[in-house]
Amino acid sequence: MKRLSEERTKKLFEKLSLYIGSNIKLLIERPDGLYCFREQKDRVYYVSEKVLKIGESIPPEHLVSVGTCFGKFTKTNKFRLHITALNYLAPYAQNKLWVKPSMEQQFLYGHNITKSGLGRISESTEKFQGIIVFSMSDVPLGFGVAARSTTDCRLADALAVVCFHQADIGEYIRSESDIL
Amino acid sequence: MGRKAKFTEEKTKKGPGRKAKKQKDPKFPKAALDEPEKKPSHRQKQRALKRIQKRAARKEKIKEIKKIKKENVVTKELSQNVKSTTIKQVSIPNGSTSKPLKRPKNFVHYPQESDEEEEPKVDMKGFSDHNKQWLKPKQVKTAMFDSEEDDSDEEDEDQESEEDAKVTSLNDLSDEDDDEFDSDSIKDEDESDSDSIKLEEDEEDDLLPIEKETKKLRAKQKREQKLADEELKLNIAGQEVFQFPNDVENEQMTLQDIQQRVRDVIVVLADFNKLRDGEHSRGDYMELLQKDLCNYYSYNLFLMEKFMELFSLSELVEFLEASEVERPLTIRTNTLKIRRRDLAQALINRGVNLDPVGQWSKVGLVVYSSQVPMGATPEYLAGQYIIQGASSFLPVMALAPQENERILDMCSAPGGKASHIAAIMKNTGVLVANDVNKNRITAVVGNFHRMGVINSIISTLDGRKFTQTTTGFDRVLLDAPCTGTGVIAKDPSVKTNKDQQDIQRCSTLQRELLLAAIDSVNSKSSTGGYIVYSTCSVLVEENEAVIDYALKRRNVCLVQTGLEFGTEGFTTYRQHRFHPNMKFTRRFYPHTHNMDGFFVAKLKKFSNVIPKPPTVEEAVEEVQEVSIEDIEEKMNVSPSKGKKRKHGGDVTEKSKKSKVMKVDQLGTKKEGIKKVIKKDGGDAKSKKVKLKKADQSKTNDLKKPPTSTKLSKEAKTDLKHPKKQANKSPSKTKVEEVQAEKKVKAVKSKEGKLKMKNRNKLGMKGQVSTVKSKINSNKLTSKKMFTKKS
Repeated sequence: MKRLSEERTKKLFEKLSLYIGSNIKLLIERPDGLYCFREQKDRVYYVSEKVLKIGESIPPEHLVSVGTCFGKFTKTNKFRLHITALNYLAPYAQNKLWVKPSMEQQFLYGHNITKSGLGRISESTEKFQGIIVFSMSDVPLGFGVAARSTTDCRLADALAVVCFHQADIGEYIRSESDIL
Repeated sequence: MGRKAKFTEEKTKKGPGRKAKKQKDPKFPKAALDEPEKKPSHRQKQRALKRIQKRAARKEKIKEIKKIKKENVVTKELSQNVKSTTIKQVSIPNGSTSKPLKRPKNFVHYPQESDEEEEPKVDMKGFSDHNKQWLKPKQVKTAMFDSEEDDSDEEDEDQESEEDAKVTSLNDLSDEDDDEFDSDSIKDEDESDSDSIKLEEDEEDDLLPIEKETKKLRAKQKREQKLADEELKLNIAGQEVFQFPNDVENEQMTLQDIQQRVRDVIVVLADFNKLRDGEHSRGDYMELLQKDLCNYYSYNLFLMEKFMELFSLSELVEFLEASEVERPLTIRTNTLKIRRRDLAQALINRGVNLDPVGQWSKVGLVVYSSQVPMGATPEYLAGQYIIQGASSFLPVMALAPQENERILDMCSAPGGKASHIAAIMKNTGVLVANDVNKNRITAVVGNFHRMGVINSIISTLDGRKFTQTTTGFDRVLLDAPCTGTGVIAKDPSVKTNKDQQDIQRCSTLQRELLLAAIDSVNSKSSTGGYIVYSTCSVLVEENEAVIDYALKRRNVCLVQTGLEFGTEGFTTYRQHRFHPNMKFTRRFYPHTHNMDGFFVAKLKKFSNVIPKPPTVEEAVEEVQEVSIEDIEEKMNVSPSKGKKRKHGGDVTEKSKKSKVMKVDQLGTKKEGIKKVIKKDGGDAKSKKVKLKKADQSKTNDLKKPPTSTKLSKEAKTDLKHPKKQANKSPSKTKVEEVQAEKKVKAVKSKEGKLKMKNRNKLGMKGQVSTVKSKINSNKLTSKKMFTKKS
């Protein structure tokens, strides 16, 4: 368990701000104790100090996970968000997209979201901004990147993609062994 | 305010009211009400007449047959007397003389009558080889009687009803009637009924028709009762008693046959004295049953034997049956994300048929049927529920985690119970989920992230070495790896691939894990200090035996699990005698609780001190110690180390065995003391004698069961003093010595001094805390003294 380097912290926050914008602040300054980001085997974990203290006593080769994994740094040193971060992204999301029940299942199998499956979308979403996908009953299903801005979406035809798929909760079944 | 009630006015009822509607009295058809006795129609009359005639004819026939038989006998006698006449008389035509033929019976009964009367009879009986060509007596007679049929009929009836003497001759008739009754239909029955009524009519003409009716009915009932009795007897006689098969090995049987035999054998075993065959013992039957059950349910012999030891026979079959069937699918609501009611609603909208799992759980749901796969709904993926057996709720409920605690789940994969703990803790505190298997730990990671558990540390340490890394947990859940004999429905391979060695391995691992789990708990925790041990096995070796082991090795005690159902754990099982508090543990069976076979025990740690495991040397001392405890028990002295013994468990068989050895040792020790006394001098000779006696009595006591208390009262009171109690091991003889001294009044002997010395030394060592060490020191000092003296 080590602290993130300056560079990596920056990359992480840049990525997060794509999805939750200025709400990052809320992640770091919490009323219920200190929370911090830690890195192990290129994975970034978001964890309370209290839990971390005990976690540090466990030898690293036997430590699998502490707190919540947000994502990993790739070999090219880019940060990639994992579906496991959804727990924190969903409540602080700035741009949301609701999919129709017919599209729900398709998205959970890893497909992009087309206009026909688009139920609702938050206003003022820009192109290529991070977007959290919800079902119509407000269950977070995953996240992706907006393929079009909100205004473009209105004009797009039924088969046009409105959101590129990045991660979805179907991964918990599809790829449980490499969820981290 | 509002409408005012009108209490003053009395309400008048308008009608009968809706509820007061009454059914009218029933109307019966006229015919049913009064049945006038119908006159029989013309045809009926005719038929009745015919019937009577027919019956009369039949009776007549039978009578005739008899007559002929008897007359034959008579003619033989007579033929000797009047040989010559008979042949002549035969030629006389029968039709001409009707008179003598009219009284054939008289003839039979009174054969010695006048010659006149004899002749025609002889003529009748004149049937011989000579004339048989043309003379056919039977036919002739019927032809003759045709004209007088009615008369004879009346006569017959009179005879039947009045003459007792004739009844004997009528026996045949009634017999034949019976035969007919058996073979024929109800019509005959009616006839015979009417017969009997007719008979009675003569005597009781004044009976009302209803009385007749009852009489008829009674007779019928009697007959039926008789028949029923006979049938019952037949049934009892014909009941099949189970035959022990001769050639068990080479028999080819279908599954149905085996099942039937299993049932039969169980019936026999249930009432063995009555139903056994003489040759085979109970063991043979049990062996047969075991083999059949193994065949039928495809178990291996070893596991079946274990189950037969565990369950009674009827319960065994139930258990095996239940183990064939999957338990209902249950899910647990993740209270971190959703309430049960909302989840149930969401799932019902997806076409899932479900119900709450029961009163005992607020998070469980039973799924009866579902149109969608329960493990792939968006709700599941969003972490709103997890698929988990109902029995898996129980250990977590027993653990009763509190918020802000440090909790360890030692064998957590796949994380169902651990996530339950996190949900109860509401994501506060710290939860360490450990599992040694790296492949399975990914499931824990997935489940935790899916369900939003954020206070967790997931590790892959070996549970047995967990104490090396971190300790001080408030609670520990140990869901130990086991043979899985409680979840055979889930994994049927258990039936065949488990043997003694597997169980032994599991049991050893479980013991080590449990000790590690206990060691990692902080007993001084303000809220906790609890360990919950659970397995999905029903075998005692993996459950009670493991707990009992831990009770002896660590400072823990059993406490109530807080589960209101489930059967109590065994305190005694075959040769094992477990701690009496083992009843606080809970067992769950598939056939009684409709959940997987499970065992849950909750332990509380009351001291962080780890008692030293007994080494080889200490083991010997322990043996002696136990013997002293036995003596204490006999004397009803409450020992100061009762607490330790309490947690140390009962005296096991092993220690019992060693008792004999102990007694011997004590004996030698006493001899040593005696030697010392001998050297003290001759003035205490009388003392010695008494000592000897005392010794004998004590050795006797030792050999007897601990209930018998034979030591003198004085000895008891002496022992109750703590100082003297400390004297124990060399001691007992000494206590009696004191009395002996008093009696002989040779107080100032060297022996007395020796005792004083002993006491002084004791005083010096008196600070030693545990009684055990005291005893040891005592032994040492006394040994020293003995060497000095010698």
